[in-house]
Order: sequence, then C-alpha cells, then structure tokens
Amino acid sequence: MSFLSLTDADRDEMLAAIGVASVEELFREIPEGVRFRGRLDLEPALSEPELTAHMEQLAGRNAHTGIELSFLGAGVYDHYVPAVVDAVLQRGEFLTAYTPYQPEMSQGVLQTIFEYQTAICELTGMDISNASGYDGATVAADACFIAKHATGRSKVVLAEAVNPQVRQVVKTYAPGFGLDVVEVPHRGGTTDPDELAAAARDAACVLFQQPNFFGCLEPAPDLAAAATEAGALAVAHVDPVSLGVLEAPGNYGCALAIGEGQSAGNYQSFGGPHYGFLAARAEHTRRMPGRIVGETTDAAGKRGYVLTLQTREQHIRREKATSNITTNQTLLALAGLVHLTWLGPQGLREVGETCMALAQHAKEQLAAAGFELAFPDKATFKEFAVRVGRNAGEVVAAARAHGVHPGYAVGRDYEGMEDALLVAVTEKRTAADVARLVEVLAEVALPA
Amino acid sequence: MAPNGEREPMTKLIYERSQPGRRASSLPRHDLPVPDVPAALARATPPRLPEVSEAELVRHFTELSTRNFGIDTGFYPLGSCTMKHNPRVNERLVGLPGFRDLHPLQEEDGAQGALELEWRLQEILAEVCGLDAVSLQPAAGSQGELTGLMLFRAYFADRGEDEQRREIVIPDTAHGTNPASVAMAGYQLVGVKTDARGNVDVDDLRGKVGRQTAGLMLTNPSTLGLFDENIEEIERIFRGAGALMYYDGANLNAVCGISRPGDMGFDVVHINLHKTFSQPHGGGGPGGGPIAVTSALEPFLPVPAVVKDGDRFRFDYDRPKSIGKVRGFSGPFGVFVRSYAYIRGYGPALREMSEAAVLNANYLLARLKHAYDLPFDRLCMHEFVLSARTLKREHGVSALDVAKRLMDFGIHPPTVYFPLIVPEALMIEPTETEPKERLDEFCDAMLAIAHEAEVSPDVLREAPHSRPVRRLDEVKAAKRAVVRYLFDDHPELADADAAPAVVEAPKGA
Repeated sequence: MSFLSLTDADRDEMLAAIGVASVEELFREIPEGVRFRGRLDLEPALSEPELTAHMEQLAGRNAHTGIELSFLGAGVYDHYVPAVVDAVLQRGEFLTAYTPYQPEMSQGVLQTIFEYQTAICELTGMDISNASGYDGATVAADACFIAKHATGRSKVVLAEAVNPQVRQVVKTYAPGFGLDVVEVPHRGGTTDPDELAAAARDAACVLFQQPNFFGCLEPAPDLAAAATEAGALAVAHVDPVSLGVLEAPGNYGCALAIGEGQSAGNYQSFGGPHYGFLAARAEHTRRMPGRIVGETTDAAGKRGYVLTLQTREQHIRREKATSNITTNQTLLALAGLVHLTWLGPQGLREVGETCMALAQHAKEQLAAAGFELAFPDKATFKEFAVRVGRNAGEVVAAARAHGVHPGYAVGRDYEGMEDALLVAVTEKRTAADVARLVEVLAEVALPA
Repeated sequence: MAPNGEREPMTKLIYERSQPGRRASSLPRHDLPVPDVPAALARATPPRLPEVSEAELVRHFTELSTRNFGIDTGFYPLGSCTMKHNPRVNERLVGLPGFRDLHPLQEEDGAQGALELEWRLQEILAEVCGLDAVSLQPAAGSQGELTGLMLFRAYFADRGEDEQRREIVIPDTAHGTNPASVAMAGYQLVGVKTDARGNVDVDDLRGKVGRQTAGLMLTNPSTLGLFDENIEEIERIFRGAGALMYYDGANLNAVCGISRPGDMGFDVVHINLHKTFSQPHGGGGPGGGPIAVTSALEPFLPVPAVVKDGDRFRFDYDRPKSIGKVRGFSGPFGVFVRSYAYIRGYGPALREMSEAAVLNANYLLARLKHAYDLPFDRLCMHEFVLSARTLKREHGVSALDVAKRLMDFGIHPPTVYFPLIVPEALMIEPTETEPKERLDEFCDAMLAIAHEAEVSPDVLREAPHSRPVRRLDEVKAAKRAVVRYLFDDHPELADADAAPAVVEAPKGA
C-alpha cells in the first residue's frame, strides 16, 4: 500500500522538465559519505486489508473498557463520548487542515477555537484561555512559567495531592525554567491551608488540584487565599466535568485554572492524544503560551477570527517567546467543545451529579461490605480511595481475573498506601456495576 | 453566496444559537441520592454553555467546516508542514475499541497489543533515523526539541560539564521553535549565518564552537529546502569540540531511506509524526514528536520506555538517569497507531515516499523559478523557497498578496515570510501524495498570478475575492483582544479602527 500518485509517464515528463536523467540525480547534492545505500530494515509492505487484520490482532490483545468492567481513573476516565463528537471530528475540513495561519482559509477552525476559549472561560471563571496545550501535565509546567514571570519568584509549591504525573512533568521542566519545586504533603487526603500558606512564602505559585488525585474535595477557596496572601499565584488544576457542580476557580480567587481535558470529549486512547486547557485572569494575557484566537473584522467590516496576540509566540519572538509550542491539540479541544455543547449547562450538571451519586453509592456499599475508606471524613466527587487489606496491585490482578478492573493501586505513588485502591465511577457505570465491584473485591481483597 | 449575490452571511457563534431549555444530551439518571457539595465549594452560577438541539449542533459545526480548507479540500503546499494525504483506513484503525477504549494505566498483561505497537514503532523510528533508541513520549516536534535539549543537559551534567557548556548553536534559517526551546531548556543561543549557497556558513561556525558549546540544532534539509553540503565538516567541528548535535526532523520527509540523521552524525532527532508519518494535522494538532538518540544518550530518555522481554512487552521505569517525564503516560498513543499504520503500508519502500516528495518539489521549482526570484539556484529537496521581491519592487505586490490570491484558485497558500533570511519568502512543499495534474494546476495559478501582478495588481492586493471573508484585520484583533464571547457585554465590532493592515508575520512552518 502506498499513497503515491505519479505514473511512470508522469515521472519521465517531470524529470525532463527538471533537466535531470533520473530521480537519483535529484539527490546529487547529498555528500556520498552521508548517503544511506542500504535498504531500510523494515517489515514488508502491507495492503489495506492485511494492515487492518494486523491492527485488529494487536487491538484484540488489549483489555479495553468495553470488555472489562473498569473503575480505573487516576487522570483518564471512561466518560461517555457522544456520537456527535465523532461526526464532527471526521469532517475532513477540520481533520486535515493545519494551524489557521491564513484566516480567510480557516474561518471554521478559528471560530471553533474562539468558541472553545469561551467554553473554557465559562467553565473556569477566567478571562482568557489559549487554544489548548498538550495535556493536563504540560499546562501545569506552563502555569509555573507564567507565575515565575508574573512574580519574579522561582519557587513553585505543589500540593502532594496533585496527580503524580503532573508533578513529575513540572519537575522535569523545572531546571530549564529555573524553578525550585517544593511539595506540601496531604493531611488525611486534603491539603492543609496553614501548611500551604507557610510554604507559599516567596513562592511564584501554588498548584493544587480540585478534586485532588484521591478524588477528595480540597478546601479550594482557603488554599487559593493562602497563596494569594503570600503574593503567590493560585493555580487550580480542575476536571472539566466537575465544573457543573463545583465552583469555578475564577470565583474563589485563582489567577490561573488548568486541567486535563480528556474527561470532556476524548476517548481514553491509552493516554492520548488529549488536550490540556490553560485559562487565566486578563492580567496574564501577555504571558500566555500558545495560540489564541481573537475577533476582528474583514476589509468589508464583517466579523471574522484570526490568531492574535502573536507577539508572545515563537515564530515572532523566537528565544524571547513565552513558549516553544506550535502544534497543539486543536482537534481534541474541538472534541471538548462539541461534547460540552452536547451537554449544555444542564447536562454538565447531570453528569457531575450522576458521578457523585454513583461514587457515593460505591463508597457506602464498600463500607457496608467491611472495607475502610482511606479518607472517610472527606467529601469526594467521582473518585475515592479505599483500603483493601492487602497489596492493592495484587488485588487488581486478582479482580481482573473476574473481569473487573477495580481501580488504581495508589501505592505506586504514595508511601504507606500500598493497600489503597483509587476507584473511579463515571456516569457509564450503574448500581449493578457497583454491586459487582463490591462482590469481586469481597472475594479477592480482605475487608477490615 | 447569499441570494443577493453577496458573500455568505456571517456565521453565528454557537452561543448566539443558544435558547434556554434546549439540549442535545440524554444521560442516565440513577435512582440514587446525590450527595450535597459543601456550600463553599458548590457552583453558584452555571457556566453559560450553549443550549442547542442535536440537529442544530450538527448543522453549526458542519457549516463551520465548510468555511475551512483541509488537504481533503484541495492542494495545501504549506512549506515545512508536510501536508500529505491522511489515509482514511488509519481513522478506522484508531477507532478500534482495543485502542480507543484502552486505559493508559491498564495492567501490562491487558495492554500487550498497545505495548507491542509502541515497541514496534520505536524500532522502526530508530531504523529510519539510523540511531539506537527511541522515546515516543514528546507530544509534538517542539516538545521533542525541548526534550532533546534536556537530554543534552543531563548528559553533560553526568560528565560534570553542564556548567561549562551553556551554548547552543542555531543557524539563522531555523524555525522559531529552536531558539524558543533553547530558552526553555535554560541554554544560551548562539546564531550562525548562512553562506551564499544556502548552507551553514562553516567559517562563521568555526569561530562559535568551543568548550562552551553544548551542541548544535540543525534542520537538514534546511528550511530553504536545501541539503547542507557541508554536513560532514559541521560534524567534525562539533565532534572536535566534544559537543552534541540535534537534528530537527521537521524535514525528514525528504530523506527517509536516502540519508539518515544518525549517519550524518546527529545524536538526537525528533520526528514529527504529523508531518512525515501522516497523523492528520487536525486544524493545529495533535502532533507527535518522538525522539531517537544514540546509545550514549539512551540512559537519560524519559520514562517509561517500552521494552521487550522474550515475547512479552512492558514499560521500563527503572532508568535512574532519566530526565523524568515530559507529558503524561507513554505519549499520544492514537498518533502512534496512525503513524505505525502509515509506515507498515510502505515497508522498506519508504524511500519511494521521499523520492516522490523530492521529485514533486523539483518539478514545481523548475516550472516556477523563472517567474519568481530564486534566492539559491540549486536542486531542492522536498520543498523550496521562492521570493516575491521583484514583484514587490516593480509592481507593489507582496508575498502575502500572492498568497491571498492563490485562495481564489482554490489552493491553500504556501508558508510566507519564512525563513526570515529570504525577503518576501514563499515556502512551497507539495508532498509526495499529489498527482502531476494538481502540481500543474498550482504552477498555472502561480504563473497567472505573476502575470496579474503586472497587469492588474489591485486584484492581488484586494484578494481573496472568493472566500467567506475578505482580508482580516490582524492589528485590530490584537488591539481589541476580544478572545471570548461576552454575551450581553460583548463589545461592538466597530469599536476599534477598522483600517486594514498587513502584518508580515510568518504564516506557516
């Protein structure tokens, strides 16, 4: 299978027009010492049916959430993706276009980005959103970079209850950005505002997650206040599907709101591609990384959209740019916009309520079966940690043998939690599914 | 066109179509009590998301799609972006439930197919690059660049040379991402000039490389579409200084199976999967930016790597010298599915892909070089750069005017005003998937436009004439900074000067 279009006759005619005798001659300027004279050691070409069979075989060896009852979350969730998302994303005019450098050719993508930016600002209570970042982890690094430039400070404070992958990415970026990372431990599943206030002294920003990695609801307004009082920017890492029931970070004093967009519109896809969102108060506009779309008029006064505020960006500012990002996650962000439009404000609230109701039900049923919740006095959203009485990794393996993936073994990231399982319950699960989870855990785990 | 012969009417925003009480979604409602959210944490006012029916939702986005132009719509020779055909089978494959609905934290024995695919892609990319090891993790080319520079720092820190080696050398033809990545990695930038043949100026280079140099970032073929004839000398200079070499793989589509970065002496390469290996560009993403490295740099790669033990595949996190993680999980897996599928379609004949890309570009160059200025009269690789300098001087028609006029011919403009060293640049990359007829249509259009510049330059200056909007005012957009819909508080369109202005910023690449 190849996707080439030239016939032998085309090739001869084109070589004649160029004035060379062979295709080989087109490469004569490559020094012989760096020419590759071998044949690439790749497996033979496959036809489309053969390729399909091969890929089906590979896909068939993955235990996906359609064949395994899954309570796995920890940053990526099995939410329902409506059919309209697939339909819109398969429009070739969106799928096969690139960054809208030429706005007259790209009003469709530009307008969807403007609508996406509006949706993110509405969800988060912020003034400006970029067109997307790579994922929920890289936008955290971006936020720290903004904070460094906004405050002139280099210390960033991360709540330990922030998703470990997010913290790890911030730490990887930190040396290049000239940042020092400090972490504040959780106390019984949430972050203590006083402890955070102490750490926030001289800090550029404080990053916390709401709901946090354990699914617990942080005292977010108190955390934001602790940061702000210390002169640090408060940065909330939030879940878009929670924002129909949970308050918007912009309404409790945060300077920046970021998050992983996957919950809104993206399939799990073994971790990507997804999109990260990054929104801020207007005062940080000039420090924002990435593409931003703005409204303007054309030569006839008609409304249109363009990439704007580009003097922040690498193709103009080069080494003085706010970021090196170019290709972002526009198509995934479009999926988010379509999903949020499909939901509407009422649907968003219902998804949140349904997740909460099912998760609460799961907590109660597990408690009734004798399991101890890791943080029993903390309110949660769609995810919670439960003690299973033995190594949680072993419990996962044993439960999967019964066709149930019971969640994430928290001990991979947190000391002293080797027996804890992080259980996520989305609107796709049912009370019967929860009953099955409890039944299997009762069999393979050890209630207290 | 609207019934009165005007251009299409303005498209409403989805928020302007909203009616309270309408909705598209239907959701399960379980007969379970909803717990209360603590009052201090509960949402006080709902977000103003659109309230529309499904029919109107579909119509809205379909209408917007018709106001956009993709490869599926027509020829898209946007230089440095490699806008090749995106095979539809790949969209079907990425939607297989075993890929689409697989959680990234699934146990390894429940993800053997995904891990095998990632491992196979690592092996393929190492072979294509002529290097030893691959990390698939970076999310795009620019993140691959940054990751590569982090590897430089980790490598030199490991040797106790990080404080000594603070400089990265970059030619003046480089993409803006290169200097931006240098700054983000905490390095200092040293620029090097281009010589009269479009190669790196080796004399300038010699004076700039020494003990203080961490490495080079080079795109080869360059953004001029030219293979650097001095590459072996460049390698000697950097090797002699104990420095490393980074290959910006933006133009890898020119050299697959023809010349491998590893054979040119590069230590780190990023591969733009959305360019060379046909991940659809999605209106601006997603991309994929895996990096391939020498064995000397392998210990520093991000975690996890995918390794094969016997006939089992697993993630390896046990890399004590790893720089850490640059994004979540193992990378943009859906991109890997499409790129792996694309490469398996070609097999060892991947070389023919690059040959056709180079042939197509040289054919366009041969047909156009007498009508436009050609800054470097050489054979090109997969793309080339023309200049509208003479058109501008003699007829007052700019590269931007040429670009806008191409739209009226149903063709997406090339990249313009880049690379920065060429005034009035038009950077043209046809890719290998275009048939000769499309190439000829493009040449005919470009020649017709060059003629129009002489006889009716205003037609160009006022172009486009056939798009849903006329030329847009970018200065006004930046001045107004209206970056979201403000509902009842939305400012009037006329509240800033509407004088059309031209901003000669790079458009593309």
